[in-house]
Amino acid sequence: MDRAIAIQVSRLTKTYDGHAAVSDLSFQVYSGEIFGLLGPNGAGKSTTLRTLITLLTPTSGTASVLGHDTVREADVVRQLIGYVPQERAIDRFLTGREHLELLGALYHLPKAEAKKRIAELLKLVDLEEPADRPAKTYSGGMKRKLDIACGLLPDPKILFLDEPTLGLDVQSRLRIWDYVRMLKARGMTIVMTTNYLDEADQLCDRLAIIDGGKIKTLGSPAELKVGLGGDIVSVTLKDQNKIPALVSALTGQPGIRAVKTTPTGLDIRVESSEKALPAILESANRLDCRLEFIEYHRPRLDDVFIAHTGRSMTESVQDIQAE
Amino acid sequence: MAQYWQEIHALTMRWVRRLSREKFSMLFTLVQPMLFWLIFFGNLFQRAADVQVTQAPNYISFLTAGVVVMTVLNNGLAGGVDLLFDKENGFLERLMSTPIHRSSVILSRFIFVMTITSLQVLVILGVAFLFGVQPATGLLGVAAILMIGMLFGVGLTAISMAMAFSVKSHGDFFSVLGFLSLPMIFLSSALVPLEAMPGWMGFLARFNPMTWAIDAVRPLILSGWTEALPHVGMVVVVMIIFDALCLYGSAKAFRRAMG
Repeated sequence: MDRAIAIQVSRLTKTYDGHAAVSDLSFQVYSGEIFGLLGPNGAGKSTTLRTLITLLTPTSGTASVLGHDTVREADVVRQLIGYVPQERAIDRFLTGREHLELLGALYHLPKAEAKKRIAELLKLVDLEEPADRPAKTYSGGMKRKLDIACGLLPDPKILFLDEPTLGLDVQSRLRIWDYVRMLKARGMTIVMTTNYLDEADQLCDRLAIIDGGKIKTLGSPAELKVGLGGDIVSVTLKDQNKIPALVSALTGQPGIRAVKTTPTGLDIRVESSEKALPAILESANRLDCRLEFIEYHRPRLDDVFIAHTGRSMTESVQDIQAE
Repeated sequence: MAQYWQEIHALTMRWVRRLSREKFSMLFTLVQPMLFWLIFFGNLFQRAADVQVTQAPNYISFLTAGVVVMTVLNNGLAGGVDLLFDKENGFLERLMSTPIHRSSVILSRFIFVMTITSLQVLVILGVAFLFGVQPATGLLGVAAILMIGMLFGVGLTAISMAMAFSVKSHGDFFSVLGFLSLPMIFLSSALVPLEAMPGWMGFLARFNPMTWAIDAVRPLILSGWTEALPHVGMVVVVMIIFDALCLYGSAKAFRRAMG
């Protein structure tokens, strides 16, 4: 593919006190695509993003944005990008308009130009009416929209979004997705991190699954799912004590690629569910395993995640939250 | 250069806006030193303080210099607080992702803190004036007091900002702040002249840059130029060394935090 490359990351490593947050990361982002970094908290997504927006210096390796090195030409890179941080980076005492005016000055826009652009952006994110109220009166969704307007103010070539819909209600979420799609339609390149599988699936043209500071796999959601191949058969057993027996009976059978235990049964990756189902049922019968429920489906993104990281996204997110 | 100025102006105006929206907080920061220290403390100790010891017509006139420098101390040490909150809520990161000169944020903070402190010092001198304290060196002396305040304030604000960039949580920041502030005041000539202190306290107070600042401000208010000038000359030297150390340290902390 000879698509224009917007971002080039080569062998990027960042260590903190001997602990590698990301190690030996390499990938490219093409112009005009929505590129996602998917992974649980602490996987290294934010470190990667912060390096790309020049806030972190890599321990080794390089990153370049539109051909400019993020360390040596940090100033040039900063001119070309917009950034929407994960935290609601809002000054509660300033109004929405004042946020944008402040950033206008920091991007060195002439007053008239800034004024025009601010009016457009407030309209775009539907914040015209509350624009002159202090941000402390804004709802979570409104703050997020202001965040995005701030990221768009420099009219960036590339927009970086860090967990754009974290903690938002469903409606605001869909709204943000619409903005992101619209920006892509306008030709903007978008790089985003997320720990929501559905968000990555719906929004991203290509995504990298990151876990433990390494890229586990990379491709379009469809490619990743097809790449996994076959189908997933999910079985729920009446008697969970029989799970290990069924696992060993199925493992290694022709047409069965991988067997993973779940709290209530098994997830079985098979080449084709039509061929594998009879064999699975027969094994279950032979072992006297009573099935409570059985279903099969094409691989979903969470199956891809499990296949490449050995655990499910929700498990790892819960782990983090439980800490 | 025009761009640099545009950044600093916008960032400084942000601090001004924030303050103007926090009217209560503004009122209390402004009123606290003169109400608590100057009016209450000054009048309370009026008769307890020995004029022979303080070498001043009354305790308020003795205390004024101390309150002025205390205000500089507290404003300076608290100067990094807003940056601390910016760091914690991600606003600082947003600012740093824009193509601004790395020093703009810090410079805007210096400008803001110095301006507010100077205004407060003027208010304190004004209130003291109402209690009959007339600066012996006149308006030029007031200008000298402001200069000393700024010289001391720059170093303190630098320490505070360095701390804001280095601490893990704002709890740590406020603990250190609380720990520093009062001992700095008691181990200085703010409330009692050095000669009247217990020996060990007087000894320690001599190493407190605050003492040097107060010992220069006090004759500017009480005595006159001949008495004050040597002290003013001395404090300028002390403060330049103090500021250089603080700025060097904070530049290191800033670079570490931003790397």
